Amino acid sequence: MASKTFTTSEELKETPKKLKRMRKSKIEKSENIIGFLFVSPMILGISVIVLFPIVAAFILSFADWKFVTSIDQLKWVGFDNFVALSSDEKFIKSVINNAIFILTVPITMLCALFLAVIIDKNVYLKSYFKVAFFMPYISSVVAIAVVWQVLFHPSQGPINQVLMTFGIQNPPTWISDPSFALISLMIIHIWISIGFSLIVYIAGLQSIPKELYEAADIDGANSWYKFRNITFPLISPTSFFLLITGIIASFKVFDLIAVLTKGGPLNSTTMLVWHLYERAFIDLDVGYASAIAVVLFLFVFTITIVQWLGQKKWVNY
Amino acid sequence: MRSKRQINIKKIVSTIILFFCSIAFLLPFIWMLSTSLKIEADVFRYPIEWIPSRWNALSNYQEVWFGDYPFYLYYWNSIKVAVLTTAISVIVSSLAAYGFSKVRFPAGAWLFIIVLATYMVPPQASLVPQFILFRYLGLFDTHFGLILLGSFSVLGTFMLRQFFLGIHNDFIDAAKIDGAGHGIIFWKIALPIVRPAVATYAILRFIWTWNDYQNPLIFLRTDALYTIQLAMQKFTTINGSFYTLIMAAAVSAILPLLIVFILGQKHVIDGIALGGVKG
Repeated sequence: MASKTFTTSEELKETPKKLKRMRKSKIEKSENIIGFLFVSPMILGISVIVLFPIVAAFILSFADWKFVTSIDQLKWVGFDNFVALSSDEKFIKSVINNAIFILTVPITMLCALFLAVIIDKNVYLKSYFKVAFFMPYISSVVAIAVVWQVLFHPSQGPINQVLMTFGIQNPPTWISDPSFALISLMIIHIWISIGFSLIVYIAGLQSIPKELYEAADIDGANSWYKFRNITFPLISPTSFFLLITGIIASFKVFDLIAVLTKGGPLNSTTMLVWHLYERAFIDLDVGYASAIAVVLFLFVFTITIVQWLGQKKWVNY
Repeated sequence: MRSKRQINIKKIVSTIILFFCSIAFLLPFIWMLSTSLKIEADVFRYPIEWIPSRWNALSNYQEVWFGDYPFYLYYWNSIKVAVLTTAISVIVSSLAAYGFSKVRFPAGAWLFIIVLATYMVPPQASLVPQFILFRYLGLFDTHFGLILLGSFSVLGTFMLRQFFLGIHNDFIDAAKIDGAGHGIIFWKIALPIVRPAVATYAILRFIWTWNDYQNPLIFLRTDALYTIQLAMQKFTTINGSFYTLIMAAAVSAILPLLIVFILGQKHVIDGIALGGVKG
């Protein structure tokens, strides 16, 4: 009797705990299902649109296959595509041009930082300037490219006419001159991207504590000293972010080339993405284009890894 | 007193200098607008006529909008694609962002890392298999395919997740105790709180989709389905030397964006600043 009472009281004590545990695991289970429901459209979409294609690109880079032929014409050729790449002049030219194009990133950043420092402290009409410098960034690259094409017109374009009034006899023919075409594209690219860097820099400058400048003022520091020793080091996380996103974005430049030069003249403006496009959608060479895609992926992947590793090492917080 | 006045003079001087810099950014737009109003013979007149002496605006824009390449059709296509892409993308991204931040499930962390990892893939690297897949699925040369391509944004998910994380969990637990499920909490509590972030993302997504040239170029073939950017390029190729028409087309292509941008200016600039600083 006594023992029976004991068990019941024990049971009584146990039940709420058990119930709680049961309820908890039930909640956990339902949280799991609900969680999956919330994220599943995204996961499904990403799998179909990005994950599957990138895996397929890696696999197809070992194949020799044209779009127009049926799938049973596909031949596995091992590393042949990559070997062919290493002696493909246009591909090598593309890699070099991509490397040169990276120069636009520091130039954009310097201009943007210069403008940002002035806009942040020393001007009236702040929001006018933000909008004005940002306009090229939000405008369609196709429309902008077309406008610049006319501005750069070799004989009658406004740019060359202005240069000629300033006494330059033979101004460059810009996008139709092999030695100036890439520079022309770079100028337009810088012009487009300054707005973005500027906005990011202004936000970065605003997060620097004012006390630091006040302290420097008391010590009698001049503007350059303050810039060199306060602004520059404290803005370095923003600079690093802009450097990495800028380099990655420079690998994705397509619209400008497609509208303005189509890689020419004499391959002087071809870049990886453009070369890939030509091989894939003009020559219809799936395997070869996929090999270029793999190289492109590896470049961007390496830069991202460098970012991960470098963030702690090179950035002063 | 003296120092204050000095600072103000300095400020005026730098405003003027910067104003001249900003002109370099606006001049191409002004040139574009003014050329679109001229007659063809005056395009390359030098010194540049900023205000046309001979106007031809009506017939230029008429030719662009209702000529051989009628822009009203491409406008409609672009609006359709951009609005639907924005809507679907906002829904998908905010659902996922909520799932990744406020539903505590163990697989979530892993799935989120996978989603983030796909951000490293340059879009062009997956282009060829995407193309093959879309042909196979019958999505090639359809607006639906184009919309799908823009609907799953890692950036949007990441951005909105940051904002959902900012909502205190007590809010959500309190709602749970009152018997609300995650569906109701998401719709009635979480989403209204992050509405400004959703607006920012929606504006950016609209602008990006409107400006997209590469996907329409590769995934559309039929003239009648063209979006404005693609039509703009074809129009330029055909009207090669009719610069007034080309500029009228460029003005038409940029205008809706400027309107969206000026209306949502604060949202756009804040959103970009925030994304950049958080990095």
